[in-house]
Amino acid sequence: MDKRVTFKSLWLAGALIAPQMLLVFVFFYWPASQAFYWAFTTQPPFGGVNEWVGLQNFREIFADRVYWNSVQVSVLFAVASTTLSIVMSLVLAVAVDRQLTGYRTYRFVLFWPYAIAAPAVGLAFRFIFAPQAGFMAALNDAFPGLWNPAVNGGHAMALIVFANSWKMVAYNFIFFLAGLQSIPRSLLEAAAMDGSSVVRRVFDIQLPLLAPTFFFLLVINITETFVDSFGIVDITTGGGPARATDLMVFKIYSDGFKALDYSMAAAQSIVLMTLVVCLTFIQFRFVERKIHYK
Amino acid sequence: MIERTPILNAITHVIMLIGVVVAVLPIAVVFIASTHDFRTVNMVPMPLWPGDQFFENYARVWEKADFGAKMINSLIVAVGVTAGKIVIAALSAFAIVYFKYRLRMVFFWLIFITLMLPLEVRIVPTYAVVADTLSPFRTILDFLGLPLFVPEVNLLNTYTGLILPLVATATGTFLYRQFFLTIPDELAEAAKMDGAGPIRFFLEVLIPLSKTNMAALATIMFVYAWNQYLWPLLVVTDQDMATATMQLKKIVPGPLFGQPPIWNEAMAATLLVMIPPLLVVIFMQGYFVRGLVNTDK
Repeated sequence: MDKRVTFKSLWLAGALIAPQMLLVFVFFYWPASQAFYWAFTTQPPFGGVNEWVGLQNFREIFADRVYWNSVQVSVLFAVASTTLSIVMSLVLAVAVDRQLTGYRTYRFVLFWPYAIAAPAVGLAFRFIFAPQAGFMAALNDAFPGLWNPAVNGGHAMALIVFANSWKMVAYNFIFFLAGLQSIPRSLLEAAAMDGSSVVRRVFDIQLPLLAPTFFFLLVINITETFVDSFGIVDITTGGGPARATDLMVFKIYSDGFKALDYSMAAAQSIVLMTLVVCLTFIQFRFVERKIHYK
Repeated sequence: MIERTPILNAITHVIMLIGVVVAVLPIAVVFIASTHDFRTVNMVPMPLWPGDQFFENYARVWEKADFGAKMINSLIVAVGVTAGKIVIAALSAFAIVYFKYRLRMVFFWLIFITLMLPLEVRIVPTYAVVADTLSPFRTILDFLGLPLFVPEVNLLNTYTGLILPLVATATGTFLYRQFFLTIPDELAEAAKMDGAGPIRFFLEVLIPLSKTNMAALATIMFVYAWNQYLWPLLVVTDQDMATATMQLKKIVPGPLFGQPPIWNEAMAATLLVMIPPLLVVIFMQGYFVRGLVNTDK
């Protein structure tokens, strides 16, 4: 897409774009290339210039059972919270889109959770699902030992999945609703004239036409859960118990800043970057193939 | 539609009600827990009506976590990121859309690629750059064999260090670009004919037209920046520079296994951290949705 009318002043264009390019260079491209440099080198124990070691760092992390555990945990977390939040938000969006009385109030409230900081969400859920206080404690009183995320890895995982999905439902809801509202009403009206019921219209018209939104959200959700889950994990489980919630981002953080092993952290960053870039490519393919129904 | 579907309508209402309850319940629980004293909050089950310790708890937490100063820090960072983003994104989008030069598409792609890798996945090297911001230039000069002296600039524990890496992404640039592309060519043509240069056109035509977009971008950037957690956790080691979200970690003694937090205070802190971005979203609802959907962030 090009403008027919443009300005000529080259130096001005350069000056306008300079701040952005400078920022992007210093805080994006340089660090990203540094990550590659570190991933293929190791730092000698007593300082000095980094030594080129080729793929050794990658071999090391891929041979590490703790690393595979964090991959496994991340995938489980991504699949569980993406499924949960997409299904819930889809149902809600379809319901709100029927525009029954009071739907504005529902719509208004439903995207609040997205505004809340991840650690705040984490802390709130940690209280609600705390084994000795809050609400799950009542269940624990009735059935002793039923729920304890501090010891049971499965429970801890469930806890962060709930917290994360709660936040993501709001985000997905906004997009699903926007998607539903862009479906021409005339299509639904025509179907109604032909005698199809509300439910039938949902399954035969609205859901198929939502496919692009659905794929878009699928990729975004998976990416977000891989990348943006640090806040919730850090404040609720801290990666435990016994590394049951040791997500990839969390492990990069603990290896890089607690164990100060930049090379290992960088190699893990590269793996995560590759994953995110692949997901983004998939997303662009789907976004480009947007269905046009006009 | 016009058909009567009383049963289905009832089901729809029930679904929406459940959704709203699920959305609001955690916030409500946080509020209720923050109004009880320590003994009541640990009762099983916790009472579902607010207690009378509201002011005491909040005063104590405000003091304990020094929220006054920390909220100001958060506010400075959030406003800084928002303002920086709005200005820089507008300028670069203008340079990409309204000028013709060879490197244009190169710049476009260089900015575009930054959408792919969020700060979290390149966190370790970004931290290293912030600790020595001019190191890229020093390395390049060394490499070129130019023995120029480049001073060390350490941005850790500064607002600049907190803000700049969050500004260095493409989110806003694309919002503006998409919008500028929809502006009819006739406007630029008319402006040119009237003798307006690029700067005048930008300031007097494009900026006023982009107001809605700016508000949308501002809303999502404010919420995004206020809610940052991992980045400030790394950059800030000096307590004076800490942000509000970071203080949550100070209030609770550690992950699940340690001694349980003092819940009423922890929940008061949680609510305090929640409120500013929530208010922004509530009051700027339309802009927020618009910004979110248009930037595809």
